[in-house]
Amino acid sequence: MHASPAARFLDARRRIARYAGTIPHPAKTPVALPPLDSPQWQSPWRAFAWGLRSITQTILTLVLFATYLGIGALAHDTHFSLLWALCSTLFVWAGPAQIILITTLGSGATVIQSAIAVTVSAIRLFPMVVSVLPLMRTPTTKRRELFFAAHLTAVTLWVECHRFLPQVPRERRIAFVNGLGFGLVSVCLTANTVGYFLAANLTQTLGSAILLLTPLSFLFSTARNSREVADVVALALGVLLYPLAAKMNSGLDILVSGLVAGTIAYGVHWWREVRA
Amino acid sequence: MSFAQLIGDWQALAVLFVAGVVPNQIWRMLGLWFGGGIDEGSELLVWVRAVATAILAGVIAQIVGEPPGALASVPDALRYGAVGAGLVVFLLTRRSIFAGVVAGEVFMLAGKWWLG
Repeated sequence: MHASPAARFLDARRRIARYAGTIPHPAKTPVALPPLDSPQWQSPWRAFAWGLRSITQTILTLVLFATYLGIGALAHDTHFSLLWALCSTLFVWAGPAQIILITTLGSGATVIQSAIAVTVSAIRLFPMVVSVLPLMRTPTTKRRELFFAAHLTAVTLWVECHRFLPQVPRERRIAFVNGLGFGLVSVCLTANTVGYFLAANLTQTLGSAILLLTPLSFLFSTARNSREVADVVALALGVLLYPLAAKMNSGLDILVSGLVAGTIAYGVHWWREVRA
Repeated sequence: MSFAQLIGDWQALAVLFVAGVVPNQIWRMLGLWFGGGIDEGSELLVWVRAVATAILAGVIAQIVGEPPGALASVPDALRYGAVGAGLVVFLLTRRSIFAGVVAGEVFMLAGKWWLG
């Protein structure tokens, strides 16, 4: 079938297939869950418990722990309280938004400037929620039953849902996801607390090692999720353009470099699409 | 560290809510309410993803380039070197996040030890 270039351009199915490629090796990692028809799934509480236990089945839990250890330390060294750090994990529940918030507020940005940077970083949650909720919806599901699942959705949960949910009976998936999310949030709150106290009490060398966890884990987890050229260009240009934008000293450095680098990256993507 | 220091002041929590919680949650709630009809692969969202990635990249550059707290005690060259070393190992190990992070940390700690 030969669709016109415009129709091909608008055809989202081509891209959804590519987005599916960002889920790391679902088939290669068998998950230790009871079979779909097992009586284990009859109680929603059991399903919650299986979700909770599933945090031990993924390396991403370790990555999250390291990241949130770093966020706890970052919060300490930027003079935020422990309660503040824990509330940000509980109510924001998005690592990038949290470090953007801490770094911008810590370097003297206004509330409005920080809010804009955070909201732009959070737009990606919208398509994640849109793609993940249908996995657990049944014809009788009410919207409020999905509230916690929507709140818990972030990149880790999004990846894990695509891996675990096919092995969970549909009517127990919300309970399972709530359990998985509850487990991940608990791990991160613990990591925040440990990181905060380590930053307060460790020698300068070890304290700096914990602070370095944040840029390293974010750089590599973003790079790992970048399967498209546009993502790689956005990541590389975003790093390279920031020092230039910072020279302008406008207070909006992060937004300026992000918009310019992101738009150039989109241009590269668009150019390749048109040529393809 | 006192109990009051761990709690902090209410203004900071109000800022967290206004600058962090609301601007972040709004997108999840929009996804929950209007999710059904939106195309997750649309061109607009590709652009948004690219800008969001670049903003995060800028934050990474800011933390390494203008480091907070204890990280400022590490010389510039060592911080950049640690990120570079981590990146090389990350690429050599077929994108292992764990190996990249460990390599970056080891590079920085070894460098600090060597410099004294």
